[in-house]
Amino acid sequence: MFYFSIPLGKFVRRVSRLRGGGSALPGLVVEKIDPGFMRRTLSTLPHGVAVVSGTNGKTTTTKMVVELLESQGLKVFTNRTGSNFTRGVAAALLGEVDWRGRLDADVAVLELDEAHAVHFVNQVPPRYSLLLNVLRDQLDRFGEIDKTAQLLQHIASKTTGTVVLNREDPRVARIAESLTGPDVLYFGLDDSLLSTFPNDDELRAAPGSPVPPAPPKPHADVVLRRVGAADADFEYDGVTATTEMKLRGVYNIFNAAAALTLARAIAVRDSVPGKTVLADNDGLMKALSQVAPAFGRGESLVVDGLPLDLVLVKNPSGFRLGLKSFPAAGYATMIAINDNYADGRDMSWLWDVEFDTLRTEGVDQLSGSRAYDMALRLQYDDVAIGAVDTEIAPALAAFIRGARDKPKRIFCTYTAMLAIRRELSKITTVEVVS
Amino acid sequence: MTPQPDSSLSFGHELPPEESTAPGKGTIRVVQLYPRDMNIYGDWGNALVLAQRLRWHGYTPELLEYNVGDEFPADVDLIVGGGGQDSGQLVIQDDLLSRESVLKGLAEDGTPMLVICGLYQLFGKFFKTRTGSVIPGIGVLDVETHGTDQRLIGNVSVSSPEFGTVLGYENHSGQTTLGPGVSPLGTTAKGTGNNSDDGQEGARYRNVVASYLHGSLLPKNPALADFLIRTAVERKYGSFSPGTPDDSYAVLAREHAARRPR
Ligand SMILES: [Zn+2]
Repeated sequence: MFYFSIPLGKFVRRVSRLRGGGSALPGLVVEKIDPGFMRRTLSTLPHGVAVVSGTNGKTTTTKMVVELLESQGLKVFTNRTGSNFTRGVAAALLGEVDWRGRLDADVAVLELDEAHAVHFVNQVPPRYSLLLNVLRDQLDRFGEIDKTAQLLQHIASKTTGTVVLNREDPRVARIAESLTGPDVLYFGLDDSLLSTFPNDDELRAAPGSPVPPAPPKPHADVVLRRVGAADADFEYDGVTATTEMKLRGVYNIFNAAAALTLARAIAVRDSVPGKTVLADNDGLMKALSQVAPAFGRGESLVVDGLPLDLVLVKNPSGFRLGLKSFPAAGYATMIAINDNYADGRDMSWLWDVEFDTLRTEGVDQLSGSRAYDMALRLQYDDVAIGAVDTEIAPALAAFIRGARDKPKRIFCTYTAMLAIRRELSKITTVEVVS
Repeated sequence: MTPQPDSSLSFGHELPPEESTAPGKGTIRVVQLYPRDMNIYGDWGNALVLAQRLRWHGYTPELLEYNVGDEFPADVDLIVGGGGQDSGQLVIQDDLLSRESVLKGLAEDGTPMLVICGLYQLFGKFFKTRTGSVIPGIGVLDVETHGTDQRLIGNVSVSSPEFGTVLGYENHSGQTTLGPGVSPLGTTAKGTGNNSDDGQEGARYRNVVASYLHGSLLPKNPALADFLIRTAVERKYGSFSPGTPDDSYAVLAREHAARRPR
């Protein structure tokens, strides 16, 4: 069957490209004149659609799943565009399909924002879903944390094949109880690492307060056993494999366990007959060791011959994990807090992070539109503050000038990170190392 | 669990070491109500600010936690409580009702209290949900709250006759109406406050301050924090001799916050 919408959509896409436009318009056109386009196209994929959702780490985890599957010889369609989700996917599909609407891919792996989850999974029920975590993030947009859990629950209930859940996040693990259709797989953490992952319920629990008896944990397909300075141990199929890691931060590496579980479900468990899938664990581990963080999600740069780490912080759990994963000793530290829409307007979350680990070294520079909120927060935790400048460019320049002989670390919200990257490329030669 | 003093404060929230040099002017016992279930959007910051400012004024804070099922602490000087999710409010509801007489007694007696959002609502007469079911409150405050479909979210600026400009961030769907027994904390210059009709925010009764504002509220509003501290100290020791906290960051944080969009 020939769908007129496809050449038309492709034409609009080409024109809007020529005019320097974004990806939403062609998606909108095809959505309007051919609402079944996305579902029809995605349903032809032999391994179907996998969605990745949760509060923290979607982008990097989606990237990991894609790279893991590509290491297995699968052709993967993914959404790299940040515009309106459904239209963005439709637009990306238009770029990939041939004139007859066929998509040359084995599987689609899509990062699914909670806000667009219901609409999308109602249109295109995924074969796989990977649900990472439910954290206090952008509550000013979604209202309440339990509501986010309900959205993830809805994604899971629409999944036809396998749902992969975080065994250590009670709100995510609980989703399994309500599922009757799909298989459930878990990814998990070694007990020794649990303390580095305070969940939001434990945040205010006093020591010695009655802890409800832990229900016996279900078996996890992949367990993160150990995180070293530049390597990690993953256990699956009863063996523990050690691999080097380019990713830094325990939470990123835990998401690697999540990605590995999903990739194994797709490539190892569900090999499609007639399709040569190499599906070897060694290959998966090798691919995992090569994964670098997604753009703008935290990275390590070199400035004046010394490392400069950008650590994205956007909610209390993420900030707490960032402080735990990147010890302050020996580093110069800057914190940049913006409150633009993409960062979240509410500054309350800074009071849910404890900064005592910065007490011995102090913080050299504060910046961002809410730099003084951050200064006030540090004052109440008795952390010494060097300088404060709400403007990011001069603050960054002063920070780099003042700490020439030290490795540097900048904790920053999303839009502050974008501004800092832009400035870094202006004032120094930035060599991206990972 | 019996409430434990300061040292066992909580996992992760370690208070800075005490300065041993300053001669203590006395101890103030601050009770956090339901920190386990009612502590969203950084409301913990209010307790931290009270503890730290007590130190800066030369007093010794003793931070106690009261959670569901605990024994209620004796000799309470100051009470602070926060907001929670719907699920948190359900967890504490019965326990709170069982503490109605003690909390009412303390409030009538003039004990300073700060209650934010969810506990503000439950300190009132009742909360009527959208579906019409009525959650009884403890009636410390002559206010009533009605659930709505609309969520009031954003930066708020309040003009208060007592505390000047009060800055914070609101996030609630319950709308509260004041009865004749209380006065508002102030009128809103930015944001919504108690409800979408009368331009009022928060409630005042004796030494109880109730508000919808997170932010956390006290860090950027030191005048309000010091009112609670001064009242607690004067009630216990007859007079308050303030220290000299450095509020220069608070002043700048207020200036910048006031300029941010809703
Ligand atoms: Zn609230």
